[in-house]
Parts: sequence; C-alpha cells; structure tokens
Amino acid sequence: MTAGLEHYLAVSVLLFCLGLAGVLTRRNLLVLYMSLELMLNAANLALVAFSRFRHGIDGQVMVFFIITVAAAEVAVGLALLVALYRRRRSAQVEDLATLKL
Amino acid sequence: MSPQIQLVWLILLLPLAAAAGITLATLRHGRLSAALSIGAVIAAFAASLLLFVGHVQGRVAVPWISLTDGTTAFLVDLGLRLDPLSALMLLVVTGVAGVIHLYSYGYMADDPGMGRYYAGLSFFTFAMTGIVLADNFLVLFIFWELVGAASYLLIGFWHQRPAAADAGKKAFLVNRIGDFGFLLGLLLLWATLGSLDYAVLESKLDANPHALGPLATAVGLLVFCGAVGKSAQFPLHVWLPDAMEGPTPVSALIHAATMVAAGVYLLCRVFFLLALPDSQALPVIAWTGAITALIAALMAIQQNDLKRILAYSTLSQLGYMVMAVGLSGAQTGPDAGFHHLITHAFFKALLFLGAGSVIHALHHEQDIWHMGALGRRLPLTFVTFLAGTLALCGLPPFSGFFSKDAILALAQHQSPPLFALGVGVAFLTAFYMARLVFVAFLGPARTQQAREAHESPLIMTVPLALLTVPTVLSGFWGLGQACAHALGPSGPAPTGIWATLAEPFTHAPLAAAGGLLAALGGMAVAGFLYHGQLTDPLPSRLGALARILANRFYIDEFYAWLIRVTQEPLARCADWIDRWIIAGLMVRGTHGTFEIAGRLLRLAQTGNLQTYALWFAAGALLLLAGLLAR
Repeated sequence: MTAGLEHYLAVSVLLFCLGLAGVLTRRNLLVLYMSLELMLNAANLALVAFSRFRHGIDGQVMVFFIITVAAAEVAVGLALLVALYRRRRSAQVEDLATLKL
Repeated sequence: MSPQIQLVWLILLLPLAAAAGITLATLRHGRLSAALSIGAVIAAFAASLLLFVGHVQGRVAVPWISLTDGTTAFLVDLGLRLDPLSALMLLVVTGVAGVIHLYSYGYMADDPGMGRYYAGLSFFTFAMTGIVLADNFLVLFIFWELVGAASYLLIGFWHQRPAAADAGKKAFLVNRIGDFGFLLGLLLLWATLGSLDYAVLESKLDANPHALGPLATAVGLLVFCGAVGKSAQFPLHVWLPDAMEGPTPVSALIHAATMVAAGVYLLCRVFFLLALPDSQALPVIAWTGAITALIAALMAIQQNDLKRILAYSTLSQLGYMVMAVGLSGAQTGPDAGFHHLITHAFFKALLFLGAGSVIHALHHEQDIWHMGALGRRLPLTFVTFLAGTLALCGLPPFSGFFSKDAILALAQHQSPPLFALGVGVAFLTAFYMARLVFVAFLGPARTQQAREAHESPLIMTVPLALLTVPTVLSGFWGLGQACAHALGPSGPAPTGIWATLAEPFTHAPLAAAGGLLAALGGMAVAGFLYHGQLTDPLPSRLGALARILANRFYIDEFYAWLIRVTQEPLARCADWIDRWIIAGLMVRGTHGTFEIAGRLLRLAQTGNLQTYALWFAAGALLLLAGLLAR
C-alpha cells in the first residue's frame, strides 16, 4: 500500500492539532513558540503534499518561502523572548498580562 | 432730503457710545461716567432740537436683512424715520431724559454703583430713541425688547434687596406676556401683507383697506397686546407699581415719562392699522384704557407709599391715553392721547423727581404718614411738586388741563359712558393727589425726620425748576396743534393767552366744565378729609372697601393663586417627566445598558495570551465549519 494524499493530510492535521494544543495549554513562552513552529510545519506538509499530488511545484516553492520567512521570524521572536526574559526575569505567559485593564 | 437728517444717527448712537464707554472703561469712576452719560444725552437733545426747529424730515436706512426664495422676498432695513410725530416724541424723550440725567447726579452721588447706573440710563436712552425713530416693526420690536432689558437692569439696580430683584423679574416676565402677543401680531401682519415697514403697510392698506379681511381685528388687538404690556394696562398692569423699587430718577424716566408711554406712542404710530374699517379693535382699546384708568385711580386713593401713589397715578393716566387712542376715529387721528402723553411726561417726571427730592431729604422714608409739613422745610420742592399736582389734576392754566380736556371732549363726543368714567377718574385723580399733598407737605410734621428735613442740593432742584416750565406753560405753546399736525389734519391754533384758555370752554363746554368741577371737587373732598389729620380717616369710614383698595383689588393675589393652580402643577408634571422619563429612563437607561454590556464584555479581556489564542482558534473552527457546511 502506498501513502495517498489523505494520509499526508491526516499527518498534517494531526501535527496542526498537536501544535494548537501546545499553544493553548503550555505556559512557557519557549515551548509555546515551538508549538507554533509545529503548526507552521503542519501547514508546510499539507502544501507539499498537495503540490506533489497535483504534479506542480507552486506549493513547494511556497514552502521554501515559508521556511525562509519562518527562519527570520524565529530569529526575531527568539530575540524578543530573550529581551523579555532579561527585563522580566520570566518567560511564563501568565506574567505577561500588562495589557489587561 | 437735507443732509441734516444724518443727525438722527448721532442721536441714536451717542447714548449707546456713552453706555459702551462707561461699561468698558469708566465703570469704577462714578463722576466721570456721569459726565459722559450727561454729555451724550444733552448732545442728543441739542440735535433733536435742531431737527425739530429746522422741520427736518426724512428717512435714513442701511440695508440689513434680505432673504428671498424666488417668489417672495423678506426685506428689512435698519431704517430710522423722522416725521413730525417722531420729531416731537424725540424732543420729549431726550429733553426729559436730559433733565433726569442731571438730577441723578445729585440723587445717586453717594451710591458706589454710579457708573453702572449711568451706563443703564444711557443704554435706556439709546433703546428709547430707537423705538421713537424705528421705521418698521422689526426694528421697533428689537428696541422694544432692549428697553425692557434696560428697565429690568435699572429696576433691579439695588439687586442686594430681594424686593428690587423680584420687581425687576416681575416687570420682565409680565412684559413677556404682552410681547408674545405683539410678536404674534407682527407674524400675522407679515403673513398677510408681506411687509413690516410702516410706509409699505400704510400704502397697501390705503390702496385696499380690506386687505386684512377678517384678520383686521386680530392684528390690531395683538399689536395692542404689546402696548398693554409696556404701558401697563389692565390686566398686565401689576408690574408697574412694583417697579418703584428702582432708584427714583429711574421711576421718573422709565416708569412714568418715557418707556411706559412707548405703548401709547406705538398705538399712535400704527393708528392706521387700528382704524381699519373692518377692525373692531378700537372699542376694546378704549375700554381697556378706561378700566385701567378707573381701577388704578381707585387703588391710588388708599396707598401710603409716596412713590406707589404716583405709580398708580401713572397707570391711571396711561389708561386715559389709551382710552383716548381707542376713542379716536380714522378721521380725527389719536392726537388727544398723544398730547396727554407729552404733557404727562413733563408733569409726571416732575412729580417723581419731587418725590425723589423728598425721599432724599428724609433719608429714604417713603411713607407719607411719616412726613408732614414738608412745604416749609422743602420750599422749592413743594412749589414744583404743587405745580405738577395741579397739572395732573387738570386745572387751568397748567398743561395737564388742556390735554385732559382734549380727551374728555373726545369722550363726550364719542361715548357718553366713557365720558362719565373719565370725569369720575378726574375726580379720583384730584382726590388722591390732594391727599398726598395735604398729608406729606401740609399738616403737622409726624416724625423727627420730617421736622429736620433739608432742601436738596441745587443739582436736584434745578431740574425740578426746568421741568416746571413746560408743566406750567406748554399749554400755550400750541402743543395740541403740534400733536394734531403730527397725526393728521389740524385746525388753526388760537392766538393769545386768553383765547387759548377760553378755547376748551367754547369748543366743548360740558367736557371742560365737567373736568374742572371734578378736579376741584376731588381736591375739596380731600382737603375736608385729610387737612391736619394724623392718621388716615378713610379705613374706619369705608371699612372693607378701603381694605380692598389698599390691597389693589387682590389682583396680585389672584395672579399668584392662578399661577399656583395652573402653572405649578404643569411645572411639577414637566419636572416628573424630565426626572423620570427623560433623565431616568432615556438618558440613564441608555447609559446603564451600555455600562452593563461593557462590564460583561470586559470579562472576555483576561489579558492572557492563551485565552485570546483559544478565541482565535474557536473562531477559525467556526469559520471552517461554516465553509464545510455550505
């Protein structure tokens, strides 16, 4: 049995849900960040799968762009995180509620 | 048109400039303010005299309002009109105002508010000349209201006294009722004839006397409403006696000589509107005036306050004038009323200034039963006051005789019941004025103050003397003919003193003799009752009737009751609606709904990143579900 489109998509959905669950439940910003990346890559997987099964390369090109931008985003995000940690001595989300009235 | 006509701008604007100058610059310097104000009014008088002597006539105007919607146009000029009527009135207004300005310099010398006082007086003079000169109803109405405002400011001049503040308010509010009717009349005129300009209206009504149709009476009576308020006719007369709370020179100028006469002047000015063939307004006007004259004279005989007696006498004389206007026909013109207006301005201003002199000498004592024997202590005041009294009673050769006789002759000719009423009022007038003189100036001195009174300073007695001149002599100046000339066709003036004196007796012997006998009879009765008395003998003789008269027929009480049963429940109802429906339900209801909604929505704002993420994910899911379900 060969893996069909639906199998790839199932994995993608699974990965996306795992990432979402991580984002919603974890308290540490770093872990939150990793979960976010997981969701991003679930989307990448879906794109590549579609691209492969439609015999086109549009989706794969798109994925390259996403990976590039995500790399830059991670750099910025981690820098923010470090700066935040230096200032607050904490990387827990519940400590970051200054916007609340 | 002669270039001298431009002088009317000067007459109008000089007092305004004085008022503005005083308010902006010299309010704290009483004497300087007085000089400014007196200078302005004297200059205005000189200019008026120049215009009057030169027989200058004409109209000046600056375009003001011009509205048009294609078919009809609303054009109003800020126009001033100088004709024999306004020239004569202008002379009287600025003349009397000038004398009273001078007098006030003595009367108000010790008052710290002298600057404010003179600013008010100048402002009043400006507004009053505006009324006299206005050449259309809209301009007139503006000055009409300005005069009311000036009156309010000056009645309440001593605003620390609650009575004065209340009196100012009362005058303003009562006038509002009359002015409301007046305004309705103007709107009706504008709606039917499309203009508010006297000349345009007159030419339209000349061309077609039935142009107003069935509305003629309504227009006439509504315009008369304004005069009822301003000239204090029954039933809106209640403000005038209270207005005596103001300084006495103000009472003399505004509430005796000029402003209250503005209503009568208005009636003379727009007489063409009242005397239309379709209009039934004139009889109503005549009877209103007669009723006012009678009840005011009755009230006057039981008053004990010097100024209030004069105030009721003013009411009564205004009633006379209004009655005379109402009795005039389209052919004759209302010259008898206007003649009386002018002579009344002289002698009533004189009487009030004399009263002011007495009050000044007695350190603000106004009860005549606390006076007595003042004739010896204040000789000049007494002589001038006596001249004014005799003129008011209508004895020849004083000016009041001629004007009152003209009214009585007119009444005899037009309406016997009103003639009888007029003679009765003449009797009452003589009675209460003689009572005043016998009690205050003759008889025994009743208080220490009265025994130690001193004559007022020259600055106050000279104006008295100045006013005495026209009071005594103006009957011989052809004033009656001047008035007739100003208001319609006039006959030749009798020449010579004796011919002038005899003219009333040959012209209408019954009226002249009736008026004279009534005046002499009233004085005799008053002399019999009051000479040498220490207290008023009338209350014990008349009993309840005297009480009713002293309480002014309880009209004020009746109005208070009327307001309590009509206006107060209405106000309570409005208050309830405002408090509970508008403020409670609508304003606070709206505010409350949003407040509660806001408080609930705030619960969603936890400040926690993951809550927002959850909402976001839920939203995305919802969208997805929606898309898939389609």
